[in-house]
Amino acid sequence: MPVLEKGSAQTWRRRTTGENLFRWFGWLIGVAIFVVCWQRISEATTWFFVWDAPRIAGDIWTRATPPRWTYITQLGRPIWDTLNIATLGTLIAICLAVPVAFMAARNTTPSVLFIRPVALLVIVSSRSINSLIWALLLIAIIGPGVFAGVIAIAIRSIGFCAKLLYEAIEEIDHTQVEAISATGASRWQVMAYGIVPQILPAFAGIAVFRWDINIRESTVLGLVGAGGIGLQLSASLNVLAWPQVSLILLVILAAVMISEWVSAKVRGAII
Amino acid sequence: MSHRELEDMLGKGWRKPPFVSNPKLRWSLILGFVAYLVAAFMTIEVDWGRVYVGLDRGWAFILAFTSPDFTSRASDIWEGLLESIVMTVAASVVGILISIPIGLGAARNIAPLPIYLVCRGIVAVSRALQEIIVAILLVAIFGFGPLAGFLTLSFATIGFLSKLLAEDIEAMDKVQAEAIKASGARWLQWINYGVQPQVMPRLVGLSMYRIDINFRESAILGLVGAGGIGATLNTAFDRYEYDTAAAILILIIGIVMSLEYLSGIIRAKVQ
Repeated sequence: MPVLEKGSAQTWRRRTTGENLFRWFGWLIGVAIFVVCWQRISEATTWFFVWDAPRIAGDIWTRATPPRWTYITQLGRPIWDTLNIATLGTLIAICLAVPVAFMAARNTTPSVLFIRPVALLVIVSSRSINSLIWALLLIAIIGPGVFAGVIAIAIRSIGFCAKLLYEAIEEIDHTQVEAISATGASRWQVMAYGIVPQILPAFAGIAVFRWDINIRESTVLGLVGAGGIGLQLSASLNVLAWPQVSLILLVILAAVMISEWVSAKVRGAII
Repeated sequence: MSHRELEDMLGKGWRKPPFVSNPKLRWSLILGFVAYLVAAFMTIEVDWGRVYVGLDRGWAFILAFTSPDFTSRASDIWEGLLESIVMTVAASVVGILISIPIGLGAARNIAPLPIYLVCRGIVAVSRALQEIIVAILLVAIFGFGPLAGFLTLSFATIGFLSKLLAEDIEAMDKVQAEAIKASGARWLQWINYGVQPQVMPRLVGLSMYRIDINFRESAILGLVGAGGIGATLNTAFDRYEYDTAAAILILIIGIVMSLEYLSGIIRAKVQ
């Protein structure tokens, strides 16, 4: 226990002097890095615009309120498209994520040395690139539209679903699997009766959770041209139609809240 | 199971119990889902001719990954990447610093009701708004550049971190905090010695995870003019310079992977 000695009196301390110095040095480096970063940001900023910001924000606010409620008649189809992008994207992602997850889980993979790293690479690359970037890419390849959005969401979600699923597979109870294989079941029968029932609740939870996230993401995919309500948003922003923008933002907010509510209810019912 | 039921079931083969036990609910769920799928597929227009034409380009893009071009746009890539990293570091630091008091305020067992409601309100607003939408608004207010991206990421960090921190504080062990209070500690000492040691491991882990997310998000903020590598990536796609785009994507995946690895090490050390 580190103690500070002053004459004959001893006082308790949390750390020794060396530890304290080390910590201070670490903090010093951290603060220095932050200051350098802030300087770069500051250099790249036009500070005149920033000092002017409150006025601009007030200006935008007065333009954006009240929302143009009549515009909502034109938002039905985009919302339907957004819902389709999220749902179909999630479905495709789940279908592809299941085999990837079984290949990535240590206890079900056919080969730890060769197939597992490939599956993990698929998961990481899918997860580390945002769906907007996938959408950009797919628009260049298959053209703008809802279809590109569906595929972008699907590719982005594979990694997420497969990662959570393979962690669930690795945590299953082995005694059940052993019991099924002791009855003489084949590899696929063990899968169907020993493993799948154990991960089914986790699987359904993951699917609904990802669907909820996908609703959020698909609302903005239109910004790059991949369909959904984002198309209307970017069109309204381009012509500075702020009353329409505020209405679209309200609709997006409502959609996000409804999807979160649905997903919480469904997950509550499953688990 | 009673004796009679067992008697009745003899001679019949065993079947897996269905996932949803109520048959009416099960069938209506299945039928509703199929009806939705049919409706969704009918409304999605896919221009298969365009897709077919684009397949060549898709193949060219995949081939580009085998020969990524880091050199010909090296200065643009370097600038963008550095800006992304700078934004990530600055926004993570500021976001974490602000989210700690808000997280304390959003924990019901520490904060009085009015403060609790205000902090929960901030968390809810921050979580409901998509990063990219916040970025659009902030770019409109503060002008183009990394400042808007920095503010966006800080704002998003606050919602994420405060919520999880508050949940962790609410789930902490009350006995330890009470012991510190019983020794006559002031409020700040109570937080410092009673609460902070309990939530610190999780706070560090979550912060690392958030830095990871912030970097991924910073890669797309450039699409709406908020600084970072996204602008470079967008330009590369627009010019069909797939080898440059592949180089940028490889860099992003590499950085995300190393961040994930690093955060794994740090989390293992802290816990």
